[in-house]
Amino acid sequence: MTTQTAELQTNTAAHTRDLPVVTPATDIYETETGVVLFMDLPGVSQEQVDVTLENRTLEISARREMPAPAEYQATHREFGSVEYRRAFTLSDNVDRSKISASLKNGVLRLTLPKAADAQPQKIAIQSG
Amino acid sequence: MIVPMTRLDWTIDPFCGLNRLHRDMSRFFGGPSSAIAQFPALNVWTSENGVVLCAEIPGVDPKDVNVSVEGNVVTVAGERKADSTVPADRVHRGERETGTFSRSVRLPYEVEANGVEARYEWGTLRITLPRKEASKPRKISITAE
Repeated sequence: MTTQTAELQTNTAAHTRDLPVVTPATDIYETETGVVLFMDLPGVSQEQVDVTLENRTLEISARREMPAPAEYQATHREFGSVEYRRAFTLSDNVDRSKISASLKNGVLRLTLPKAADAQPQKIAIQSG
Repeated sequence: MIVPMTRLDWTIDPFCGLNRLHRDMSRFFGGPSSAIAQFPALNVWTSENGVVLCAEIPGVDPKDVNVSVEGNVVTVAGERKADSTVPADRVHRGERETGTFSRSVRLPYEVEANGVEARYEWGTLRITLPRKEASKPRKISITAE
């Protein structure tokens, strides 16, 4: 059985606030026991990240403020304050009660274990 | 009968490939988005007394980042490594690029290399570079006879 984690098109119009919305770069790996997701969220602290699960929709959002250093002038700008937002639909075989999240060096790591009955089982063959 | 399992169950965003193509093309031809495609993204702030340089470097161990100053050129270089702790059977999405990176910025004046401070927090690097005393503008007083 394979795990699906389809991406949802988030309704940006409904979420439009004062900040531009950015879709963060994401890696999704499937392992034998589950799915691991890595998402780049530079400049965001633990308290600023929201991971919500509603039915089968997993939504990750975070607000990144980038205030200008006092008494300095912007000479060159490639990034600023943003709202990160991305959503995925989980398949039924994810054990939703065991999802865990951690944040390190600006990268969010989500571990989505497969439900026990979805994990591959080795069937021993007895020699007759 | 055993039927080999097809791996087509992954839902694909119909515009994903197109967006990627556009991104790759603009990177190749130096289009308007090429500045953002550079890694790491940089912000430069200047004042009369120094420069603050901010870089977005998520997922990099601070030990793998090297900041160097030569004259008025500051270079941020390093390597972003893939997480090797995950025994991945399949990769469903691989958008986070890995490899070595290097970006240099020419500053408007020379900086005091000994006074440079770099801090890595939440995946962003903040470098404070104080201006060299000798490069500061001097006011020359005019004596009247």
